Amino acid sequence: MGPPLEIQSGCDLVIEFPIIEKLQVLRTLNTVHLTPLEVVPVSSPLLTPVDLFQVKDFGRYLMVRAANMKLTVDKATRIIVNVSGGGCPDVPYLAQELVGRPLDQAPRPRDLGHTLCGYALELAFAEMERQCS
Amino acid sequence: MLLIVGTTPETDFPLIEGEACLEGAGLTVAGRGIPVNRGTAALLAAAAATLAHYSQPPPSACLAHDTGMGGGSRLLYEHLAHVLPNRKAGVLCFHYLQPDVDWHNRVLFAIQGMDPRPLLIADAGYMYVAKMSGQAGEYDLFTPDAGELAFLADETAPHPFYTRGFILHENTKVPDLILRAYAHRNASRYLLIKGKTDYLADSRGILAAVAEPLIEALEPIGGTGDTLTGIAAALVTMGLDLEAAALLAARVNRRAGLLAAPTPATQVAEIIACIPQALAALQGPAISKR
Repeated sequence: MGPPLEIQSGCDLVIEFPIIEKLQVLRTLNTVHLTPLEVVPVSSPLLTPVDLFQVKDFGRYLMVRAANMKLTVDKATRIIVNVSGGGCPDVPYLAQELVGRPLDQAPRPRDLGHTLCGYALELAFAEMERQCS
Repeated sequence: MLLIVGTTPETDFPLIEGEACLEGAGLTVAGRGIPVNRGTAALLAAAAATLAHYSQPPPSACLAHDTGMGGGSRLLYEHLAHVLPNRKAGVLCFHYLQPDVDWHNRVLFAIQGMDPRPLLIADAGYMYVAKMSGQAGEYDLFTPDAGELAFLADETAPHPFYTRGFILHENTKVPDLILRAYAHRNASRYLLIKGKTDYLADSRGILAAVAEPLIEALEPIGGTGDTLTGIAAALVTMGLDLEAAALLAARVNRRAGLLAAPTPATQVAEIIACIPQALAALQGPAISKR
């Protein structure tokens, strides 16, 4: 989920939990070396990640767009031929690591990415796998 | 002078600042080679190719390594907040930085100390943070694609990832999104919206559209938006007014795309190589040095 306006600071992701479980949640995060930027009560609605995909067929190639990220694959070889869109600095890095590799041998954006653009690319990647299966 | 600020995924790359030189397909900044694939390197190469075509001085670049952890971006923010008040630059172009509202505002404060005040162009992550900060109106040009325009139009979204579906939907018309972005003060003085048709807009709505040549295969190619921003930044640095620079950039970018005879598998370096030929075919109005 995304944060309400009053606590937005950058490329943010929110985990929502019942506030009564705060200590337990913090302990659990701490065991995997994750420290929240803030733990705050919120009353306004949280933002929902985009769940719309746009698929475009270029004949030999198939493009999937999720939010601001686009992933294009050669349908015959399943090789990723292009990554487009996005604005966070892991996008050029992810493109560098993904382009030229078949879908089933490419690293997952969720494993290499660090930002919401990386997350969106993971969604496009998963949808592309579904489209190509 | 044009100063381009962004990041590179190259490892072992400290914060550097210097002239960006394009020789053949090779880009160097302060003597360091940078692969031209996409991102800020593509923007820089397109700007350098454009300036070189008109025998103008090359752009300057301020770059740092960042693969999404944000460390390089923070180095850049801190550096800019420190040095910009004493800098002279006609145009500042911001690109792939990790969005950070607090640091963005410190850099903007530093820019407000520059005399004369430079033209401000933002694309990619810096456009996101400029909008998120509520300071979009301080910028002269944003270069969003259709999805990013929907993000600008959604007053609640801090990132395109959270753009609400009813706004992001394909049937939502570009003119409506433009008006909505300006109504909520989430747009720069001009918007150059890149897509099947490129639109130049301001708070009054669409000023002009560039739809030809239409090359469907450009959409999947990573970096074609970066080249558009780079060409526009170079042209405005040479003295074209922002409207003329943006429209000529849209035409040149499309023409370069056409000349590259692309498929969806084409890489952006092949299109950048065609920019000089596209510029030669589409000579703009007389230019003066900014």
